[in-house]
Amino acid sequence: MSDSSLLELSRWQFAITALYHFLFVPLTLGLSVLVAIMESVFVMTGRTVWRDMTRFWGTLFGINFAMGVATGITMEFQFGTNWAYYSHYVGDIFGVPLAIEGLMAFFLEATFIGLFFFGWDRLSRVQHLAVTWLVAIGSNLSALWILIANGWMQNPVGAHFNPDTMRMELTSIAAVIFNPVAQSKFVHTVSAGYVTGAMFVLSISAWFILKGRHLEVARRSATVAVSFGLAAALSVVVLGDESGYTANQHQKMKIAAMESMWHTEPAPAPFVAFGIPDVKNRTTHAEVKVPWVLGLIATRSTDQEVQGIYELVATARERIVSGIPAYTALRALRTNPKDSAARATLEAHSADLGYALLLRRYVSDPATASAEQIDQAAWDTVPSVGWLFWSFRLMVAMGFFFIALFAWGFWLAARRSCDRQRGFLRVALWSLPLPWLAAELGWVVAEHGRQPWAIEGVLPTFLAVSPIPTSSVAMSLVGFVLFYTTLAVVDVMLLRKYIRLGPSPVAGLAQH
Amino acid sequence: MPIDYATLKVIWWLLLGTLLVGFAIMDGFDLGAAILLPFVGRTDAERRVAINTVGPVWEGNQVWLILGGGAIFAAWPALYAASFSGFYLAMLLVLAALILRPVGFKFRSKMPSATWRSTWDWLLFAGGLVPALVFGVAMGNLLEGVPFGFDSELRAHYEFGLFDLLNPFALLCGLVSVAMLATHGARYLALKADGVVAARAAELSRWTALGWLLLFAAGGCWLAHSGYGYRISAGALAGAASDPLAKTVVTAPGAWLGNYQLWPVARGLPVLGLIAPLVLVLLPRARAPGTLFVCSALGVAGVIGTMGVSLFPFLLPSSSEPSSSLTVWDASSSARTLWIMLLATAVFLPIVLAYTAWVYRVLRGRVTVAHVEANPDSTY
Repeated sequence: MSDSSLLELSRWQFAITALYHFLFVPLTLGLSVLVAIMESVFVMTGRTVWRDMTRFWGTLFGINFAMGVATGITMEFQFGTNWAYYSHYVGDIFGVPLAIEGLMAFFLEATFIGLFFFGWDRLSRVQHLAVTWLVAIGSNLSALWILIANGWMQNPVGAHFNPDTMRMELTSIAAVIFNPVAQSKFVHTVSAGYVTGAMFVLSISAWFILKGRHLEVARRSATVAVSFGLAAALSVVVLGDESGYTANQHQKMKIAAMESMWHTEPAPAPFVAFGIPDVKNRTTHAEVKVPWVLGLIATRSTDQEVQGIYELVATARERIVSGIPAYTALRALRTNPKDSAARATLEAHSADLGYALLLRRYVSDPATASAEQIDQAAWDTVPSVGWLFWSFRLMVAMGFFFIALFAWGFWLAARRSCDRQRGFLRVALWSLPLPWLAAELGWVVAEHGRQPWAIEGVLPTFLAVSPIPTSSVAMSLVGFVLFYTTLAVVDVMLLRKYIRLGPSPVAGLAQH
Repeated sequence: MPIDYATLKVIWWLLLGTLLVGFAIMDGFDLGAAILLPFVGRTDAERRVAINTVGPVWEGNQVWLILGGGAIFAAWPALYAASFSGFYLAMLLVLAALILRPVGFKFRSKMPSATWRSTWDWLLFAGGLVPALVFGVAMGNLLEGVPFGFDSELRAHYEFGLFDLLNPFALLCGLVSVAMLATHGARYLALKADGVVAARAAELSRWTALGWLLLFAAGGCWLAHSGYGYRISAGALAGAASDPLAKTVVTAPGAWLGNYQLWPVARGLPVLGLIAPLVLVLLPRARAPGTLFVCSALGVAGVIGTMGVSLFPFLLPSSSEPSSSLTVWDASSSARTLWIMLLATAVFLPIVLAYTAWVYRVLRGRVTVAHVEANPDSTY
C-alpha cells in the first residue's frame, strides 16, 4: 500500500547523499588526528619542517572539511524532508544523539577550525596546538554521536512504543549510549577513517618521493602515515570482527545474508570464502568453505549455531503473526484510548508490532492478510544477499591488504629505506582510492543489510518515507546529483592544485 | 524528573527560541555580509576584506542552524517531521544555499582567475539571500497557517507546493527577514572591516534598516487587520501526552495579538524590533560601531521574539484541518527526552558560549586590505 517509485527515489537520494558525505568524513577523521600529531611533534621539537607538514596537510584537510560540512547538513535535514514518518516515529530517541552531536562535538570542531587556519599569528604555539587537537577531538566525538544514532537504528534499545503518542519513546538514555552495536560501529568506523587519512598522506608522499620533490616533508609524512596506518589497519580488522560479533547478537539476518547462508550450519559454522549467491533459487553455487571461521567470528564459540536465512524467515513469520493482534489493538486504542483490553493486548505483543507493519506493504489492515501475504512479508526481511555477500568480501580483502601494505611500509621505514623502494611507492600511490572504496562498501553492508527496516524490527523503510509528491523527490534527486558532481569536480581540482603546489616555500592557503 | 511535563514544554519553547535567536544573530550577520558582498567591495581586495571578516567564524555560526535543526528533531519531532517535509522544495533551496556557502568561502580565493572569483561572489550572495528570504517566507506562512493534516496514525498529508508558499503576506515577511539580516550583516562589516568597506557598509545599513523598519511595521499592520489567527477551543492539556489530534482548534481572526493583551510586557518585543532599526537609520555613522552591532542584534531578537509570542502556543497552525495544528502542548518529545536534552543543553551551551567568546577575542580587531594582502596563507 505504498507508492513504490516515491520509496525508491527517496532511498536512492538518501543512499547517494550519504555515500557522498561519507567520501569526506573518513578523511576528516583520519587527517585531523594526523595533522594534530604532526603539529605536536613541531611543538615538542621546534623543527619547522613539522610546521610545514602541518600547514600543508592542514590545507588539504580544510578543503575536505568544507565539503564534509556542506554535505553533512543535507544528512541532518533529510530525515525531516524525506523520512518524515521516521522522524515522527523515533525522533524522541533518535533526535537526542543528533542534537547532542551538534552541541558537544560539531560546535567544537566548527568553532576551532577557523582559528586553525586564521590563528597561526594570533596564538602561541601551544595554544595553536590545543586548537588543532580540539578540532580533531570534535571530529571524532561527532562520529561517536552519529554512530550512537545509527547504532540505535540497528539495535533499538532503551525505548518502547507509546500508543497515546503513536511513536517510540525513550526509556533509558544509558542503554542508547552504551548500545554495544553503537560502540563497536564507532571504533570500527573511526579506525577506518584513520586508515583513510594514513593512506591519503602515504600516497601523496609516495608521489612526491617518486618525483623527487619535497623530500624532507614527504619522508617524514610517509613515516608518520605508515606507523599510524598500521595501527589503524590492525584495529579496523579486529574491531570489524567485533562488529560481526555484535551483529550476530542483534541482527542475525544481516550475518546470514552477508554469508549467503540459506540454511543453519552445524556449529561451528564455516566461512564461505567464495560462492555465487543465487537469490532466485535461494541457494549459493560453487561455495568454497573454510571450516569453523564464521562460528568463531559470529558466536566466539565452537558449539553455537549461526542461523540460516530459511530459519530466520520462519522466525520472522512467527513474529508477524504475533504482531497482528498488537496492530489491531493499536487501531482500537487510537479510536478509544480508554480500551484497557486493547492496551493489555498491545503491551503483550508490543515487541512484534513492527513485524505486523511489514504487512502494510500488501494490505492496509494487517488483520486481513492472507497466509501468502504473511509469507511474502516474512521473506521481505531478507536483505539483498548479492550486494551484502560481495560488498563484505571486497571490504575484508581490502582490510587485509591495508595491513600488508602498511606493514611493508613500516618495515621499510624502520630501515630508513622507504624512499629507495620504488615498487612500494608505486603500490602506495595507486592504492589511494581503496580506503574510500572499502568505507563505502562498509556502509553498504551496514545499511543495505538493515533493510527492509528503517529501524530494525520496529519500523519498515517503506512506511518511514515522507508522503510528498514523487516529482519533488525526482527533482531534488537530479538536483543533488548535478550539484554534488560539480562540487566533486571542483574539490578534486583544488586538491590537485594544492598537492602540486606542495608544502614549500609557504604552505599557501589562499594566494595569487 | 524534578520538573513537571508542562513546565518542561515551556522551557523548551524558550530554549528553542533562544537557539533561533542565536542562529539569527550569529549566522545572521554572515548571511547578511554575504548578501552585501557584491556591494560593499568593488575590487577583489575589498571583497576579500569583507569575506575575511566572517572567514574564521562562519563555520561555527552555521552550527547554530544545525543545532537548531537537531534540537527541533529531539524536542519536537512532530514539528521537525511535518515542517521539513511539508516545506520540501523550500528546504532544499535553503540546503543548496547552505552547501554553497562552505565551499564558496573555502574555494573562492584559491584560484587567481577574476571570473572564478566573481562567480563565487555571486554564489555567496545567493547563498546568503536565499536562506534569509526562505526563512522569512516560512515564518509568514506559519502566521497564515499551512494546509496540512494528520491521519489517525499521525502520518502527515499536505495540500500545498512551493508556489503556494510565495503568497503576498509571506513574501512581505521574507523581505523583512532579508532587510533585517542585511542590516545586521552591514553592522558587522562596519564593525570588523576597515576603510572604504566599513564606510560603505555603514552607509548601506541606513537604507536596509529603513527597509526593515517600514516592512516590519507594514507586516504588523497587515497582521492586525487580517483574518489570521487560531485558538485552541478544547483539549490540549499542557501536561498531557503529545497527540496533536487530541484537541480542537478554531480560526480566530486577531488571535495572534491576544498574547500581548495577556502579557503586556511582551509588547516590548515588537517595540524592540522597531526601535532598533530606527536607531540605525538615525545614527549609522556613530562612533560606536560595537554598540550599533549590539543594537541590530537586539532588533533581530525582538523580531524573532515577536514571531514566537504571537504564535504561542502554536508552532505550526494548520489552515485546512486546524485541529491537526502543532502546538507547544502536543508536538513535543516525551518528558524524559525533554529532561535529558535540558541537562545536556545546560552543561554544553555555556561551554560553547565560553569558547566562542574566546575565539572572537583572539580574532578581535578590524580586517584591513593590508592584512589580507600581507597574509595570503592565513586568509581566504
